Amino acid sequence: MLAILEYKAGNQTSVRRALNALGIASAVTADPVLIRQAKGLIFPGVGAAGQAMRNLRESGMDHVLRETVAARKPLLGICLGCQILLDSSDENTTRTLGLVTGRCRRFESELREQDGRPIRIPHMGWNSLRRKQPSPLLHGIPRDAQVYFVHSYYVECPPELTIATSVYGREFCTLYGRDGLWACQFHPEKSGAPGLRLLKNFYAYCTEHTHAE
Amino acid sequence: MLSKRIIPCLDVRNGKLTKGIKFEGNVDIGDPVASAKRYYEDGADEIVFYDITASHEGRAPFLDVVERVAAQIFIPFCVGGGINTLDDMRAALNAGAEKISVNSGAVKNPDIISQGATAFGSQAVVVGMDVRKTPVSAKMPSGYEIVIHGGRKGMDMDAVAWAVRCQELGAGELCVNSIDADGTKDGYELHLTRMISDAVRIPVIASGGAGTPEHMYDALTQGGASAALIASIVHYGEYTIRELKEYLHGRGLPIRMSW
Repeated sequence: MLAILEYKAGNQTSVRRALNALGIASAVTADPVLIRQAKGLIFPGVGAAGQAMRNLRESGMDHVLRETVAARKPLLGICLGCQILLDSSDENTTRTLGLVTGRCRRFESELREQDGRPIRIPHMGWNSLRRKQPSPLLHGIPRDAQVYFVHSYYVECPPELTIATSVYGREFCTLYGRDGLWACQFHPEKSGAPGLRLLKNFYAYCTEHTHAE
Repeated sequence: MLSKRIIPCLDVRNGKLTKGIKFEGNVDIGDPVASAKRYYEDGADEIVFYDITASHEGRAPFLDVVERVAAQIFIPFCVGGGINTLDDMRAALNAGAEKISVNSGAVKNPDIISQGATAFGSQAVVVGMDVRKTPVSAKMPSGYEIVIHGGRKGMDMDAVAWAVRCQELGAGELCVNSIDADGTKDGYELHLTRMISDAVRIPVIASGGAGTPEHMYDALTQGGASAALIASIVHYGEYTIRELKEYLHGRGLPIRMSW
């Protein structure tokens, strides 16, 4: 079973529906006991960083996330979850969880698309991935696959953690992490077959990791 | 780079797929859930459902459609029609939609845009604009006006001014639908699409009039649109989504070709 963290920030049910379609049992939950029992935790989210951090603190879910990482239980952050795992976000100048080195910045309004026009914000739609290093999460996903994004802030994290980047006015990190602590800026649950494959790969890692313990 | 999106629009009436011309004479043409699944498998980048009966009748059959779609398709989809309150938005999002499109509801009560953006994020709020050509005047400098109630009522509002206002209120995206072009298959209203896409910095979806792949190419280039909404051109099997995408990709547009 995979746990999907419930903290009043968006698309938890979309992630559950995608896992259902893959035949992977999951629970949308804020129960620390259930989360401890799960093989892995998915940390999704949409909305603003400031409000999401407040929700996490008020519900104590920030501690649950820290505990999950400390216990080396596999964790996958998605979209806002990907941003909040880092040290800070320029959105509402928020100090975020600091579980991964990095920060989150707003797309600069002077950036231009390849056709020379100013970029539109949010970065909304399908974009491709430039692979920087191998990861079990990308296993079996075609190199020309595209994934679905909706965000106005982008992630900056160290090159050694960057698995893939995308280009929208600038190049930025869209998939980072290692050894079971991962996060993606895009929405795998809304990215068709390649996204479902990434979720399946995460679950496979969770299952192997549990056996190894 | 970011791909241009191809978005089939499914008009749903009493739980059935339907299509009219210039918003009239609708005929039922099938099951919306089966169509959504077919378009998903054929490479649609996103899907829009529009409940064209919502303003007059109950929403329960429609939310049922939304839930059934959400269980089967794993790309974003947007739900519109008869959304007037935060509760309407919440119901559609909880049923599995990523985005909700407000239209008449936003014209009558613009605050719903900012309330929706605050509650669910700008990315969830699309403003659908039904637009009709009108003589240029001091009040209507763009020569296009906003109409509501499925094209039945003029609102004495300039379309470009309204687009800018929607952006200021926190809309994440605009869907610009030309009533004059809707269902005609004579091509998108390019001048309108371009004026609006130049006036705002949020993504603009061109809607109404697609009859050939060239029309779509024009909307995504001359029209400056980030996405093209299509209906008749695919609902009757004239083209598949893959064929449309192959054409656009062949002409050099960034298009998602692997799915």
